[in-house]
Amino acid sequence: MKLSRKWLNEFVELPLSEIDDRTFAEAMTVSGSKVEVTEDLSRTISNVKVGRILSLEKHPNSDHMLVAQLDVGADAPVQICTGAWNVHEGDLVPAALHNSLLPSGAKITRGKLRGVASEGMLCSLRELNLTAHDFPYAVIRPAAILNDYHAIDPAKPSIPADIKAGDTVFGKVVAAQVRALAPAGVNLWDTVLDTGASDVELVCDVQNLHAGDLVAYDTAKNRVLTPEDLRAKPEEFPHCITDGILILHEDCRPGDDMGALLGLDDHVVEFEITPNRPDCLCMIGLAREAAVTFNRGLTLHEPAVKAEAGGDINALTKIFIEDPLCVRYTARMVRNVKIAPSPAWMRERIRNAGMRPINNIVDITNYVMLEYGQPMHAFDFACVKGGEIHVRCAREGETIRTLDGAERKLSPSMLCICDTEKPVGVAGVMGGANSEIVGDTAMVLFESANFNGTSIRRTATALGMRTDASSRYEKGLDPQNTYRAVQRACELIELLGAGEVVDGVIDVCPNELKQTTVKLEPDKINALLGTDIDEATMRDILVRLGFTLEGNTIFVPSWRADVEHYSDIAEEVARFYGYNEIPTTFTGGITTAGGYTPLQQLERRIGECCRSMGLDEIITYSFISPAYYDKIRMPADSPLRDSLRILNPLGEDTSIMRTTILPSMLEILTRNYNYRNKAAALYEIGRIYRKRPDGMADEPKIVSLGGYGEKMDFFTLKGWVEKLLKELGTARPRFVAEKDNPAYHPGRCAKLFVGDTEIGVLGQIHPLVAANYGVDAAFYCAELRFDALDAVKGALPVYRPLPRFPSVTRDIAVVCRADIPAGELIDCILANGGKYLKDCAVFDVYTGSHVLPGMKSVAFSLTMRSDEQTLTVEHAEETVSAVLGALEKNFGAVIR
Amino acid sequence: MKELMQSLREASIKAISESDSPESIEALRVKYLGKKGELTGILRQMGKLSPEERPVMGQLANQLRSEIEEAIELRKTILSKVLLEKQLEAEAVDVTLPGKEQPVGHKHPMYNVLDQIKDIFVGMGFEIVDGPEVELADYNFTKLNIDEGHPSRDWTDTFYFTEDGKILLRTQTSPMQVHAMETRSLPIRMIAPGRVYRKDEVDATHSPMFHQIEGMVIDKGVTMADLKATLNLVVEKIYGEGTVTRFRPHHFPFTEPSCEMDIQCHKCGGKGCPTCKGEGWIEVLGAGMVHPKVLAGCGIDPDVYSGWAFGMGLERLAMGEYKITDLRLIFENDVRFLEQF
Repeated sequence: MKLSRKWLNEFVELPLSEIDDRTFAEAMTVSGSKVEVTEDLSRTISNVKVGRILSLEKHPNSDHMLVAQLDVGADAPVQICTGAWNVHEGDLVPAALHNSLLPSGAKITRGKLRGVASEGMLCSLRELNLTAHDFPYAVIRPAAILNDYHAIDPAKPSIPADIKAGDTVFGKVVAAQVRALAPAGVNLWDTVLDTGASDVELVCDVQNLHAGDLVAYDTAKNRVLTPEDLRAKPEEFPHCITDGILILHEDCRPGDDMGALLGLDDHVVEFEITPNRPDCLCMIGLAREAAVTFNRGLTLHEPAVKAEAGGDINALTKIFIEDPLCVRYTARMVRNVKIAPSPAWMRERIRNAGMRPINNIVDITNYVMLEYGQPMHAFDFACVKGGEIHVRCAREGETIRTLDGAERKLSPSMLCICDTEKPVGVAGVMGGANSEIVGDTAMVLFESANFNGTSIRRTATALGMRTDASSRYEKGLDPQNTYRAVQRACELIELLGAGEVVDGVIDVCPNELKQTTVKLEPDKINALLGTDIDEATMRDILVRLGFTLEGNTIFVPSWRADVEHYSDIAEEVARFYGYNEIPTTFTGGITTAGGYTPLQQLERRIGECCRSMGLDEIITYSFISPAYYDKIRMPADSPLRDSLRILNPLGEDTSIMRTTILPSMLEILTRNYNYRNKAAALYEIGRIYRKRPDGMADEPKIVSLGGYGEKMDFFTLKGWVEKLLKELGTARPRFVAEKDNPAYHPGRCAKLFVGDTEIGVLGQIHPLVAANYGVDAAFYCAELRFDALDAVKGALPVYRPLPRFPSVTRDIAVVCRADIPAGELIDCILANGGKYLKDCAVFDVYTGSHVLPGMKSVAFSLTMRSDEQTLTVEHAEETVSAVLGALEKNFGAVIR
Repeated sequence: MKELMQSLREASIKAISESDSPESIEALRVKYLGKKGELTGILRQMGKLSPEERPVMGQLANQLRSEIEEAIELRKTILSKVLLEKQLEAEAVDVTLPGKEQPVGHKHPMYNVLDQIKDIFVGMGFEIVDGPEVELADYNFTKLNIDEGHPSRDWTDTFYFTEDGKILLRTQTSPMQVHAMETRSLPIRMIAPGRVYRKDEVDATHSPMFHQIEGMVIDKGVTMADLKATLNLVVEKIYGEGTVTRFRPHHFPFTEPSCEMDIQCHKCGGKGCPTCKGEGWIEVLGAGMVHPKVLAGCGIDPDVYSGWAFGMGLERLAMGEYKITDLRLIFENDVRFLEQF
């Protein structure tokens, strides 16, 4: 919402000279109307003055330029050159003087144009960042001036170079010379033409004529022709164009500041209004807030309509609300409408509020919306079939072409304004082209209605057209505002002389509008805020905001639908008492212990351990593409494919909730690989989402590890996992070869157990999966269940005395079948080694020419120690032979 | 004989002092003091001396022996020192060569910031709670006083799992307020960080998945003054002591009164600069007093208990902290990015 500080003064005196932009913005922001940005429009223009053209002469060195002497309110005239031909002596024009700034951003300085000094520039609409909507009278209709004729083919000119007054151009069109011309009103000239045989007097509506010009005169139609009339190409009359200097028909004098004339002596404040305060989407609403914020009086005006033309609206039209989505429909009619530009002050305010002026009727509807916050619509009543308005939802198959020219398909959920046959507007969104206000509109029906906000929002969204009206309606407007707004519109009709207001108002409101009341409870308010505000202050704030009080009953004004509870009253009080005046205290009451839960501590420990091994933490999206399951070769019948599906995803890639974390890790590894990062070692503690019968999800956490790079192999990955388990103090883990997990390399994958608890899986990613990701590198991943890790984590460590006696190491090598896993040999050794055996580690595995085919040699280092004495040779020998015996017995493994 | 000893003394001391290695010293020792050494040779001639001369000469010879021994020891010490110096010199390295790389992992920058915030709140007696991301519309909206027609419920804004719109991906961590109020005993002091989801296309400032931190206190006699004090403290811990804050009215359906909290722009000190978009203030979080309707809906008597709550976006906080300019970097997980933090 854009607010003009100049306009604001009409409601509450807050002159810029007294309250600067910063003070205004800060105060309004902390009282609840957040200021986004303030624009000082006067900074966009400087040293552009109104000038009166005293004389015009042809430029001595140019065939098309003019040299003007201007009165710009200074002691001496200034000389400015211009290429535009629509200027005349006596005209008031915008003159950008030496060192001036234009709203288009251009900076103008003095200079010489073909040797002639020019003290600045005369301005067109475009240079002032305006269009013909802002100055509708500034539309230029150029005559085809024969002196400017440039033949496309010089050998075959359509008009001979030596043509003179009286010569026939074609048919009844003759060349004529302008003898004299005098202004006859806006854009009109009393002109005397020498047509050769005789002089003709006529009123011309072309703006580029000067005495001496040769024109094409249609003797039959008594008109001076334009290049268009001659069907000439633009390059044939290069200077007879619709572009030109803005000729001012305003109440102004030479020397006046153009900025002020254009309403740029204003500061525009842009607010971000929260959705609960649609009442602040207009001048009056913001003025009320400003008045309370600055503790000043608020001047509101009660619109008064004379309706002297008489008549009776009820005799002309009937209005039917046929759907409860329309809360209220208020209408008035205007006849003998004269479509014209609205006055400068109205155009200026509309423009400074960020809208475009169109014509008096349309501008009035927009002006009332800006002033009262009530969207209005004007129908050309002649186009309302049957003379009746029916507010109903669209019927199946109905369409409408809206004012923006688009053909819209309507659905039965969309509320429409219809005549007896068809929709003439989409309620609260946009009017129909079929009942648009046009130049010859004679009778207008003003609509000021209240609709269900949600319905309007859904309609606007469905049609993809959020308008100034719909964005107000969607937040829920004040149904009491419709009458005042339609009255204001009619008052403006009379003020502008834009038509005659028909007597009577149609106001249909099927249901009684409720009055909200809240009890004033000062103690409760202070208890909630932690303040000690006295009741009188509270009452004063409320009254100034438009609330009324009877005893302790607060009557909430109709425009404050957001207030319904004592806590809302507390906010009103707090806003103007000042949020920043509320003291700061610390909660008394019972102290809570707080702290991290054991699970949260475990998560932290896992993270720390991963980082200590050099793994970087990643965060991945919880949703994936269903195609990712194929990428990881998940079997078609896998229950993991039964994911929660988002019905309205952004795209296929983010359409299902992951039931496995593996694709997320692979995606990140792939990305890093594609970015040519040489290595990556990553972890994430993330959730997976498993569908529950009730439609919700179990969301267990998974510890996901992944890596690739030169140093990465299966045993590095296994080392990560082992260290993690060690860090958590689990019992000795068991790794069981896993051949059947299709995502992993069948020979380099293991399931991980601690005791009987399955913790997860780890291994090299199957080359086919890697290929699915478009990479030819070896990726290694592990997926460990967080809850399982929690279940197997060790208790608090208990101190064990450090060994007092030295240990003895013996290396043994045994030969056994190649398919016996080393882990099973180790289990056997540890189980049978006796009390002196403290550790067993594999240090070599050999297959090759020195052992039989199908066999392998495995070398172990046994660490033995006694806790009572230095280990004797006998004890060591006993241990080794027990180990060898057990290996032979269980696996047929013999010493090498 | 005396002369012989004298010349041996001179020759040996000189030779020893000129020796330059442990080997040559040893050779000199053998040469002078060995069984077949020169001193021994002189002593062998003692027999030729008179009995009166013998003790004198013997004494002189012993003196000479210990002098040579001392000279040898001295030379050895000097030489070993020189040798060590030489060795150290030879062992010198180019200290400017890079060190050997040690693996060290990095916490994701966003979780760095999150952990910092968790620690702050835990230090103030808060608990950290966790809850479902696949959520009921009832918890995400209805129980938070967000009515049926609210725009945030639109299918263009929220991800849904069921046609009836009852199950969705939570759009905020605020449903954790309801869960906490329904399941925990009073008083409550909790924060609930987590993932939230909104239907926003990915760009430099948007992501369909992002993180929020919810916080809530419910107790007897909790006031807006408490809210201000606690959040001021938190913000000072995050942004540094003396950070200037401002509270301004705002609107959230589930708090009343509601506010947003700004900190004064640290870059310009509130004068207005590009960092704060000329406003002088940077918005950090939204907060308010838990709406009495929400309390009542969760079975808590608003006449006895009151509470305050806040919510803040984690991504924006982390991006501000580390000057990260594009949100996409957060979820891209490029190791070159991750290793910067």
